[in-house]
Amino acid sequence: MTRLRIARLAMILFIPALLAGCGINNIPTKEERAKAQWAEVQNQYQRRSDLIPNLVETVKGYAAQEKSVLVEVVQARASATQVKVDASTLTDPAKFQEYAQAQDRLSGVLGRLMMIQENYPDLKSNQNFLALQSQLEGTENRVTIARRDYNESVRDYNLEFKTFPNSFWAMIHNGSKPMQMFAASTSAQSAPSVSFAPAAAPPVTQTAPTQ
Amino acid sequence: MTRITGPRGTIAVAVLAFIALAGSALSAPKFPPLTGRVVDEAHLLSPEVKQELTTELADLEQKTGHQLVVATIPDLQGYPIEDYGYQLGRAWGVGDKVRNDGVVLVVAPNDRKVRIEVGYGLEPVLTDALSSTIIQSKILPAFRSGDLEQGVVAGAQAIIAQLALPEDQARAIAARPAVVAQKTASREHSPSFLVVILVLWIVIGLLRGLGGRRNSLWWLPLLILQNSRGSGGFSGGGGRFGGGGGGFSGGGGSFGGGGSSGGW
Repeated sequence: MTRLRIARLAMILFIPALLAGCGINNIPTKEERAKAQWAEVQNQYQRRSDLIPNLVETVKGYAAQEKSVLVEVVQARASATQVKVDASTLTDPAKFQEYAQAQDRLSGVLGRLMMIQENYPDLKSNQNFLALQSQLEGTENRVTIARRDYNESVRDYNLEFKTFPNSFWAMIHNGSKPMQMFAASTSAQSAPSVSFAPAAAPPVTQTAPTQ
Repeated sequence: MTRITGPRGTIAVAVLAFIALAGSALSAPKFPPLTGRVVDEAHLLSPEVKQELTTELADLEQKTGHQLVVATIPDLQGYPIEDYGYQLGRAWGVGDKVRNDGVVLVVAPNDRKVRIEVGYGLEPVLTDALSSTIIQSKILPAFRSGDLEQGVVAGAQAIIAQLALPEDQARAIAARPAVVAQKTASREHSPSFLVVILVLWIVIGLLRGLGGRRNSLWWLPLLILQNSRGSGGFSGGGGRFGGGGGGFSGGGGSFGGGGSSGGW
């Protein structure tokens, strides 16, 4: 009687351990991790989106004639925020593409907006603008890193569906599906357009060290 | 036995191929070892200044818990400094693992680039705008006149001054140059709801087990929890890089690209 109890106890003890050892938890663990990284990507895009109204206002004060770029920025921001994001975005290639493309378009237009500053010395030296500029740069940098971290965790997660015995567990967790990844950053491709901007005088650097 | 054949050989080849692939997928720059609070690989600092800075940095950690590491890097290996900086911070695990309150001042004299890399937890205190101001007003003027040592010291001291302030004052200063309400990356470290429930289950099970006869399965989730925790293996760094000489090591803090860069 007692032996049976011990045997039963041992089974209860070992079966979860065995299952866990075989990787039954891998899919949910990695899925959660990838989703957390996705939240970080969205968070950073949101942060960038929040910076734009102020940035547009500041630039408008100094360079109102650059209306076309300003309007484009506002429109790109609006269309990027209009893209609906829900749980299926991550697994649906079309929806994911739509999201990524809208954000990339905004990156491109913002890049052009930041370039026009070269023609407006007053804007370039405006404290508020400088602060916004450094925040925007920081945010773009965070977006890049968040996207890269997301891609890495998705690559790790998606591998679970392609390798044995993990692919077997995918049948048990049948609500989980492989996720989409971001394509390589497009900002690198649009960067060369800087070169044909009118050559501005190099910033005067020989100022007396402040304080 | 010179040739590896049979299934074992195939497995060995597969493993090697996997390692090679994994290596190429995560191509990361090579980092110098974390030998202390001041890692002067590019030899910009005199021994006295290095010693003095190390003392100040140790002082800062003792008072506030924040880790600041000054790193001079001779070669960025072709990476942009933003790219190099956050990976360096993660590899070294600067800052506490939970608070992520590390800062790295990266100076690359040969690439003529400087960056203040700020851990997640300090982003509200040492904002991008404030980092930029420190670089523009304290570091770059000295660098442009050729005095690299002075620039490094002035920059480190400005960062120390900001980090040493009580949090509310520091936030007020950080908010000053920017009119924009800073939305900081919210990094939640609270355990998930499920974990809380499982822990509750264990605790209640334990209490009941002590009092009564019922042999409940309170330890069952413990096994599952333990395993899923162990197999995760995330949260960058994890303090894998121990300190060398000074007995200093990173606490496993992580970085997400906060801070600012400059060039001269």
